[in-house]
Amino acid sequence: MKRKGIGALISQIARAICLLALLLPVLAFASDRVPKPVIDIDKAGKCVEDTATMRREHPDMLKHQRDSTMHEGIRTTKYSLKACVACHASKTSGSVLGEKGFCQSCHAYASVTIDCFRCHSSKPKRTSGVTP
Amino acid sequence: MSADANDGISRRGFLAISAATLGGVMLAPGIRLIEIAGARAPATGVSKQVRWGLLIDTNKCTPGCDDCVKACATENGLKDTGHPRTDPQWIRKVELKDMRTGRASSVPVMCQHCEHPPCVDVCPTGASFKRADGIVLVDRHICIGCRYCIMACPYKARSIVFEAITDQNPDVPRGNGCAEGCTLCVHRVDRDEQPACVEACTKAGHNAMTFGDLNDPQSEIAQRVAKYASTQIRADLKLNPGVRYQGL
Amino acid sequence: MAESLIFRELAGTSRRYWGLLALLAVPLALAAFAYFYIEHYGHIVTGMDNQIVWGMPHVFAVFLVVAATGALNIAMAASVFGKVIYRPVAPLSALVSLALLVGGLALLMLDLGRSDRLIVAITKLNPASLFARRVIFYDVFMVSVGVYLWFLLERRMNRYVKPVAVIAFLSQLFLITTTGLEFGFNFRAAYDSLLYAPMFIAFASAYGTAMFVLILFAVCGWEGRSVSEELSGRLKNLLGMSVAASLFLAVLFLSSKYELLRSRDVARFMLFDGGVYTALLWLGQLAIGGVLPLALLLRSRISRATLAAACVLVVAGGLAQMYVTLIGGQAYPQILFPGLIESSSYFDGQIHPYTPTFVEIFLGLGGVALAAAILAVGLRAVALLPERLDQPAQPQA
Repeated sequence: MKRKGIGALISQIARAICLLALLLPVLAFASDRVPKPVIDIDKAGKCVEDTATMRREHPDMLKHQRDSTMHEGIRTTKYSLKACVACHASKTSGSVLGEKGFCQSCHAYASVTIDCFRCHSSKPKRTSGVTP
Repeated sequence: MSADANDGISRRGFLAISAATLGGVMLAPGIRLIEIAGARAPATGVSKQVRWGLLIDTNKCTPGCDDCVKACATENGLKDTGHPRTDPQWIRKVELKDMRTGRASSVPVMCQHCEHPPCVDVCPTGASFKRADGIVLVDRHICIGCRYCIMACPYKARSIVFEAITDQNPDVPRGNGCAEGCTLCVHRVDRDEQPACVEACTKAGHNAMTFGDLNDPQSEIAQRVAKYASTQIRADLKLNPGVRYQGL
Repeated sequence: MAESLIFRELAGTSRRYWGLLALLAVPLALAAFAYFYIEHYGHIVTGMDNQIVWGMPHVFAVFLVVAATGALNIAMAASVFGKVIYRPVAPLSALVSLALLVGGLALLMLDLGRSDRLIVAITKLNPASLFARRVIFYDVFMVSVGVYLWFLLERRMNRYVKPVAVIAFLSQLFLITTTGLEFGFNFRAAYDSLLYAPMFIAFASAYGTAMFVLILFAVCGWEGRSVSEELSGRLKNLLGMSVAASLFLAVLFLSSKYELLRSRDVARFMLFDGGVYTALLWLGQLAIGGVLPLALLLRSRISRATLAAACVLVVAGGLAQMYVTLIGGQAYPQILFPGLIESSSYFDGQIHPYTPTFVEIFLGLGGVALAAAILAVGLRAVALLPERLDQPAQPQA
């Protein structure tokens, strides 16, 4: 009897936790206190596609471009990471990384690792250098 | 106004087409083909009709001169970290001495861009690959850092990066844990420029390095290899490298 | 195949058992620390460099993988070649094989420059690569050995044991042959010999049998289960033959390297001027791992302690051999221009130094500890070993 009672209690608690978990996003977005990413957007407005498409599909665009550049030498700039960085690097830090950086701020907010900048430069090419 | 603009475009277009046609008529078919391949539009992929290669004239290569090595480091962002044993080297000058004859020579050695690259054969993920135009590259996106390519390469042309790298050249991504090697400055070749080493060698007046399309009979490199005796390093391995040496 | 054997798992309630697991947790924790340390700082914290790119973790990993393929020999002798005497220990042989293989493969994974890309390593396979094809065969091997183990233990499935065992045997043969060929097909002066294939088959048999016997004795000693004279005598013969074959092939390999002028320089390096590699070759691989155990094993009757001592010598010699083969093979310079003296900023023409760091050794020992932990848990969870191993062998069933 007693064991059954404990079992029922546990399942009730579990159900309550599940319900709470399902409600969390609703509760979160209902509140103003929820933190939003702070992003340095120097160039507002339309990117190479409209904002919704960019938000949703930029990983696929980059991945597609990455394979065609790497393996076929196709160096169009529309979807290239280099062009992203050139345009979106912060005017203050010069980078897309950093706390308010265009890439990092949002990725940190969404808890998605960016693997790009372990190899790729997070800053645009210096124009004042020796190379044109 | 709009009619004017249209006119302008069509006039320009007409000129371009007629120039191309003229070129096609005037030049031999082979040359025209290569002209098209050389001036590849950014949106078209590389052609397998091209085989990029290097010819190195060791008679003109001075012992101790490392202009090509320095140019490579600047172009590709290879920095001296103070750890020479772990620092990657994409190109190095190998000083040679034949003890039987006493002859000394000096040769730059980089990725030999083999037709049958062992690094590509052993790579478990396919990260090490050969582009259609013969340039052997590492796709760092799928390189897992197993170092098998370094074990397999008979030219010691591959390195692995041992430390985190910052401030890369945006054209040359490089990072900790991935294998790498000479790319024949693929980012420059793709915009019709010469590799940095060749440019530096020529600029300094040594003229020991020639870059070009081995498949194009009209190119300087093809004509030179047809005329002068040249050899490949470890030709016995039958890997058919795209880098050839004259005067060895 | 009705058997009167009663298989029983380890008694797991004893304080001793938990003590064993706690003891194994120490090297595992050290290895985890070593892994994250290397992952964080890069391979700069290891003794490896751009001339010696495979270091201590590979020595342990390749040893474990080679021993894993060999440890299955006992099960294969029972189920493919009908040696009834090995039937009671076949499940243990399969588990030892799996555990050692998992330990070795885990090391290979953890030592990658980009070990965070495990998914890439699994999903992107280059069909032209012998290495990648081996990845598939590792899977075939593990699955077939797993299924074999299940069929052995499940009475209703007993009659299907043989076909699965044949598949396991073939993948075992493929795996060990290609392990040897990875060296044999390499252009480096110390490799580049097809003798590596048969030599590694012999090595695998020797190291695998030695590891198996040590584990069998350890488990039986742990719980006072007895091992029959007949079984340990047969295992002694198997080990003796494997060590003799290893020694023969190693001598053949070294002398052929020396005899051919084109490889005499590297043979001279290995045999005479290689410093630590020469010492490890003569003292470690040939004397401790070959001649000495062979002298112990050649006698017709030996005690369990002597057999165990021979096994320890074989394992020590095996590790020495792996060090000589892997590190020594890389330490010797790659020859780009045969006949010429080479020198460069990239250390062309020089013998390359290598000193393993503690993190590499911790990581390597972690692989061994992982295999031991799998064995300890496996033997606790599943009844894999008979209560008694001193009953006379059953007549052919």
